[in-house]
Amino acid sequence: MRRPITAAMAGLGLALVACGGSGGTATTSPGTPITIGVSVSLSGDFSGDGKALEQGYDLWAEDINRNGGLLGHQVTMKYVDDASSTQQVVTNYQNLITVDKVALVFGPFSSLLTIPASTVVARYGYAFPEPAGGGPSVFNRGLTNLFFVQPAAVEDNLVSYTQFLLGLPADQRPASVAYATQDDPFTQPQVDKAKSLLEAAGMKTAYYKVYPAETTDFTPIALQVASSNADAVILGTQLPDALAFVQTFIQQHYNPKTIIETTGPDQGSQFSGPLGANTEGIMVPAGWTANATAYGNDTFVREFIAKYGGAAADISGDSAEAYSVGQVVDQAATKAGSIDNAKLIAAMHSGTYETIQGPMSFDSTGKPQGGVGVYIEQWQGGQAMFVYPASVAAAKPEYPKNNWQ
Amino acid sequence: MTLVLEAAVLGILTGGVYALMASGLTLIFGVMRIINVGHGALVVLGAYLSFAIWRALNIDPFLTLVITMPVMFGIGLVLEVVFIRPLKTDREALSVLVTYAIALGIEGLLGFFFTSNYVQLRAWYANASFPIGSFHVTYVYVYGFVLCLAILAAIFVMLYRTTFGASIRATMLNRTAAQLIGIDVDRVSAIAFGIGMATAAAGGVVFGITNAFNPGSHYDLISRLLTIIVLGGLGSLRGAIIAALVMLVSEDITSVLISPVWASFVFFVILVLVLLVRPQGLYGVRVRDRL
Repeated sequence: MRRPITAAMAGLGLALVACGGSGGTATTSPGTPITIGVSVSLSGDFSGDGKALEQGYDLWAEDINRNGGLLGHQVTMKYVDDASSTQQVVTNYQNLITVDKVALVFGPFSSLLTIPASTVVARYGYAFPEPAGGGPSVFNRGLTNLFFVQPAAVEDNLVSYTQFLLGLPADQRPASVAYATQDDPFTQPQVDKAKSLLEAAGMKTAYYKVYPAETTDFTPIALQVASSNADAVILGTQLPDALAFVQTFIQQHYNPKTIIETTGPDQGSQFSGPLGANTEGIMVPAGWTANATAYGNDTFVREFIAKYGGAAADISGDSAEAYSVGQVVDQAATKAGSIDNAKLIAAMHSGTYETIQGPMSFDSTGKPQGGVGVYIEQWQGGQAMFVYPASVAAAKPEYPKNNWQ
Repeated sequence: MTLVLEAAVLGILTGGVYALMASGLTLIFGVMRIINVGHGALVVLGAYLSFAIWRALNIDPFLTLVITMPVMFGIGLVLEVVFIRPLKTDREALSVLVTYAIALGIEGLLGFFFTSNYVQLRAWYANASFPIGSFHVTYVYVYGFVLCLAILAAIFVMLYRTTFGASIRATMLNRTAAQLIGIDVDRVSAIAFGIGMATAAAGGVVFGITNAFNPGSHYDLISRLLTIIVLGGLGSLRGAIIAALVMLVSEDITSVLISPVWASFVFFVILVLVLLVRPQGLYGVRVRDRL
């Protein structure tokens, strides 16, 4: 009896480890309430980010309804949980469009989920403005209905950081750089581009490693980064590994001159809570910060705190990106004079849209164009603030960063 | 070479924590013949209970075990009586569904009360370390390992030096025969489930200090715990300890020596090879059913 159970459980364990057309557009009459459907990750690996997206979308819906609705239509948001699964996210959008017959759909979290979701959304001719799927593989599939509402394509996220390093006086520049990244379509392209730019400028690569997105024990990789003793560390992380790397560096008394992580330090109190004062000096590429002076940002921050509590530093960048999606759609609807998906798609392919992340426009594949770019945010004195480029900086970059406390 | 040694030390220390978490799972299977796929969620529940107490009272996370272990023991008793005991037929298969439902319920409740944001327990020793050559060993891993040894030793003493332990072992060997000689197997099962939950609480506090976690963290945990007890042999406490060490040490060494990409693969190669030679796992007992 035990043998089949053993085999079944081995299979179960393996399975659990392995994890991780047009014409359907709903019609709406003028002035009638509409529903906007979103698949959000309320469980699984992206549940933290999914919740933050939901908060951003909800806040935008409240704002738009208070101001008379989206082109006169009161908006109701409908969320369905995708459990961070690439299969479930497809089912969710299929159901939202064909069963719930929502008027519009907004995007989920991550390139990983946006890629499969965008295919099914395109099939039904819906516009797909999305806040968090910006990996190169999002844009190279011939889709014309997708719009990535962030200031720059993901692969360019670390370009500002490389410019910052290369702009340092020659005797202060890092001599060597260690890179480690998840094999994720969001993180790896950023790190690989930064690596190629810095290597071309003569910076030695002390360590480079790609690890599976399913990895749960990051300590051995972090140990290798620490043992490389590189001056600079560039990490392609989400929140859990962003924390784990820093904690291992603290434990190993490894003090590089500069650290940047693709995601994690932009998650407000989720990042600062476990690290406390040791957030000091850690950098993250960011298109949004609570103290930016972009269009409507002060209102967003004030309303967010009023609705969800906490402080400005606690607001996740994910929420700001979701809110921006709504802003773009609102302006596109006004421009098109309609919330018809085909007209919205046509409208979003031209013109510039004002968001709390700054102005942005989109090329034929939905990639953001000619925007303000992605800046560098650094934790200083318990809050994350823009430090580069100087034109938007609220403080000077701390370089080299202080030793761990 | 130094890195390999460091990875081995790290693997042993973290392996101890996984052994502690897996011990409850294998004990429950041994006594009750149920596959508790909700065990990962119960570990995360233990971590959240410690987190809530630590945040409210600002006490050392390890001290929260004084409260969380008895509470989790009690929760285990209730879960066994309400959800597991009614399963009279096809227990092994149905228990997977029932305990998965328990896991989803716990995840939902934790999400409601704590949100899905990541949290982590903090203590002065979480990032403090002492040097051994060029390598720094983190105190929390040492403390976690010592806690694991202490609790596992207590379970061994209970199993092999007490009358109740004899009842548990008898139930593990043959549930029907144990009933025939007068052992109250329902009571034994409930208490064994409670003990499993108490170890989940202990594992949870170490997990919560060494990892950022949220209500969804149990999926990764249970996949690793299940493979540990399969390698060790279902129902074998000793097997769970050895298998946890094999898993963590092999993964960590592979990660630094070859690549993190191959870390899980190498462990599963070991698992498959062991199961080919010993289908019952390293320390499992092979049982033949008469037709």
